[in-house]
Amino acid sequence: MLGLALYILLAPLVAFTIVIFFGRKLPRGGDFISLFAIWSGLAASLYLFFTQMLGHYDPAFALSYRFDWVTWGTYKLNIGIAIDNMSMMMLVVVTLVSSLVHLFSVGYMKGDPKYHRFFSFLSFFSFSMIGLVLADNLLIIYAFWELVGLSSYLLIGFWHEKDSASNAAKKAFVTNRVGDAGMLIGMLICFTALGTLNLVELKDGVAQGHLAGGLLTAAGILLFMGAVGKSAQFPLHVWLPDAMEGPTPVSALIHAATMVAAGVYLVARLFPILTPDASLVIAYVGGFTAIFAATIAVAQNDIKRVLAYSTVSQLGYMVMALGTGAFTAGFFHLVTHAMFKACLFLGSGSIIFAMHHVLHNIHSHDDAQDMRNMGGLKKYMPVTFWTFLIATTALAGVPFTSGFLSKDAILGGTLAFAMEHPKHWLLPAFGFAAAGLTAFYMFRLVYLTFYGTFRKGSEAESHLHESPRVMTVPLIVLASLSIFFFYAAPAFNPTTPAGGWFATLFPTPENVTLASGRYVSPASSRLGDEAVEPTAEHASGTEALHSAHLEHLAHNWAMLISILVAGLGIWIATLAYYKWKIDPEKWRLRFGVAYRGMYNKWWCDEVYKATAINGTLGLSKGLAWFDGAILDGIVNGSATVTRLFSTVQGWFDNKVVDGLVNLTAMVVGFWAHFVRSFQTGQVQRYLLYTLAGVGIVIILVVI
Amino acid sequence: MELTLFALVALAAVASALMVVIGKNPVYSVLFLVTTFFCLAILYVMLGAPFVAALQVIVYAGAIMVLFLFVVMLLNLRHPQKWDAGGSTRRWIGFATAAGVLLVSLAAVKGAFDPNAPLQPEMGNAESIGMALFTRFLLPFEIGSILLLAAIIGVVTLLKRDNSKVATKGGEA
Amino acid sequence: MKPTLEMYLILSAVLFTIGVTGVLTRRNALIIFMSVELMLNAANLTLVAYSRFLPDISGQIFVFFVMAVAAAEVAVGLAIIVAIFRQKESVDIDKVNLMKW
Repeated sequence: MLGLALYILLAPLVAFTIVIFFGRKLPRGGDFISLFAIWSGLAASLYLFFTQMLGHYDPAFALSYRFDWVTWGTYKLNIGIAIDNMSMMMLVVVTLVSSLVHLFSVGYMKGDPKYHRFFSFLSFFSFSMIGLVLADNLLIIYAFWELVGLSSYLLIGFWHEKDSASNAAKKAFVTNRVGDAGMLIGMLICFTALGTLNLVELKDGVAQGHLAGGLLTAAGILLFMGAVGKSAQFPLHVWLPDAMEGPTPVSALIHAATMVAAGVYLVARLFPILTPDASLVIAYVGGFTAIFAATIAVAQNDIKRVLAYSTVSQLGYMVMALGTGAFTAGFFHLVTHAMFKACLFLGSGSIIFAMHHVLHNIHSHDDAQDMRNMGGLKKYMPVTFWTFLIATTALAGVPFTSGFLSKDAILGGTLAFAMEHPKHWLLPAFGFAAAGLTAFYMFRLVYLTFYGTFRKGSEAESHLHESPRVMTVPLIVLASLSIFFFYAAPAFNPTTPAGGWFATLFPTPENVTLASGRYVSPASSRLGDEAVEPTAEHASGTEALHSAHLEHLAHNWAMLISILVAGLGIWIATLAYYKWKIDPEKWRLRFGVAYRGMYNKWWCDEVYKATAINGTLGLSKGLAWFDGAILDGIVNGSATVTRLFSTVQGWFDNKVVDGLVNLTAMVVGFWAHFVRSFQTGQVQRYLLYTLAGVGIVIILVVI
Repeated sequence: MELTLFALVALAAVASALMVVIGKNPVYSVLFLVTTFFCLAILYVMLGAPFVAALQVIVYAGAIMVLFLFVVMLLNLRHPQKWDAGGSTRRWIGFATAAGVLLVSLAAVKGAFDPNAPLQPEMGNAESIGMALFTRFLLPFEIGSILLLAAIIGVVTLLKRDNSKVATKGGEA
Repeated sequence: MKPTLEMYLILSAVLFTIGVTGVLTRRNALIIFMSVELMLNAANLTLVAYSRFLPDISGQIFVFFVMAVAAAEVAVGLAIIVAIFRQKESVDIDKVNLMKW
């Protein structure tokens, strides 16, 4: 198993290395290497999935391989691979979506001058994401977390010749850093308190009470900040819509299905150590994000932006589910959402591909992603249409789809939580409102795109045609995976995942912060409990019965309400954009400020620009001034003083010290010259000197 | 009478010595030098040193002066120079130094005592000198002979022409 | 009346001075050499005079040695002059400045 896991992890890395260095020289840009790496990884993941996960069917299965990485004195830092049901599930999701996106990209990116680089980046992303999934240690998770961020940056800015693309890449990177800073602090708190970053040891440490109270809450919220950045939750969601500047397959892979799920995955991993307070914060952030993004999505015209905001909204759902304790539901929605959102993005990629072709042929410079330019595509792109429609129903929460199962589970869990704690009624309200809005804007998108007449004229219409098979096959696969059957098996119950393999294999993990009994259990939607008998871990039988009853009640109500609101959303969309009975223009005017807010994303970017960006710039300017005027002034002043001193010293050295030396030399030279003049080499001179000397001696003696 | 003889001889000695120094022709200088030596020999006799006087005549006036004459003739200096073509500076420095030497010497003479002992005729004859030489001064005497031998060898070495070199030069010529 | 020691010494001094003059002022190496002989003889005269008036035979023995040395000196000196003449075709002492390192 370890070998297989390592293979899945390292194959994309090898592919990346080969393709980035030699791709240019390889035939077809070396795409087959990346494809082989990811498809063989998918095969290995599926093997694990079927033999281990479904074969053994053990909810508590967990394996880890660890080795010493760094040794500081007595402290050893272990790193390793953890394989459990969750990581295997994530492996399947990541490799499946990644493989299909690879395949799709072969068609979509055809002819791009940086074709080989695109595939190497895709491989690199797959490697990072798989490493993130397999890591057993927060430090390693953090490392891969950043690698994922890096590949995201590279892929968003793939067409970096465009200013908007490179700006979006920078924005994504910087926004993510804000969250990552919080995550790092959270990690440091954990490490300081517990001396380890291993997830299992972390859990044990918290269970033993080494880290508790406000500090644990703070650690949980700070770690959640990383997820806020990566999963585009409310304050830091602004980067994700802009990330749509990247190639559409990238949007499907990274910004819909996998990378943004990393934050949710992290929260799920941390679920056992989140305190109730932290959970509550997380739930509210998620709930608010869900409704907030849904309102924005309603007013967008760019097809990818609609999908981007819907992604933000759905991620908010997942986070809210985890926050309210509906662990299984949240993780379930992560998996189902990955499938149908990838399908939607690839479908939009297929549409954009076609639109681009059309606009190119009629020499128009209109935006190929603007829905107002489309219409009536159903006739020309049947495969895209049907797959897109299936995925849309799943996202809208129409029964018999996977989305219905998972979203219902979330709403049910949230409703149960609110019934237990009535003061938090806002959370299910957010959820249901967002569900209605989701249904509305998704069908608005479908109607605008596929129904009606093509809005660019008949000449352009003649250029429309379905995308190549390499692009449609992934769509079909993903769309079929949006059907409830794959997840509800073996129970075959279209209303609830309970009893299915998923709910059985992913029970809500024990939250160790509850062990101290300080908090009444959030009425978590333990979907698995309906199949698994209440066990001793529940405090008392009556409470368990009460809890189960409540959940059952909540689930039924939630199902009812969600079908109602989804139907309402679809109905309004049909009236407005299919039958055109309601004039959207009128309503737009009627809503006034609210519409403008939705259209302008509630001015988030403007607010950030006014506060964070301008504040930072102002601070930078202030610091630059301080640096330039005062620090440099001090430095220059000291330099001037030093120079002055040096000048004086130099003068002293030149004139006095050198003067003395030169004087000595001159004196010696003078005397040498004088003495030299005596040695003429002429005998008579010598005699003269001798006589003079003798004379002097005689005079001295006589006197 | 003896004083008169001394005065005459001394005058002759000084005059001929001056002639040696100022003479233009080296040959004349040599001849005046011989005259000086003879004058000195007369004075030695007057001082009761006949053996030294004999030596003076034989060695100086004979051997040494013949050697001088021989060299002068050998070099055959056809253009006798003026007594001093070396510039007046050197001349005056020379004169001044000479005057200094004279002054110092005369000053030393002034302080000399004059025992004026009686003449002892036997002191300067060959016998007494021979006795002194071969007894008390035997070692210096032998060293003097070695000195002379060294001088002979030195002169021969100095003036010996390199025959092989000459032969080579002749060959080239 | 006999000449006194002082007279001999004065004569010797005069002769010595004449020799010095010759040595210092002439350029002809041969004449310089003769002047040196004059100086030697002046010294000899002094020695003999003192030998007579002290009286001591040692003075005359010294004169003997001076003569031996003078003979050797004249031989070597004249040889050097001849060697220089061969080299420079001249006995002008100004053209000889070998006496330095």
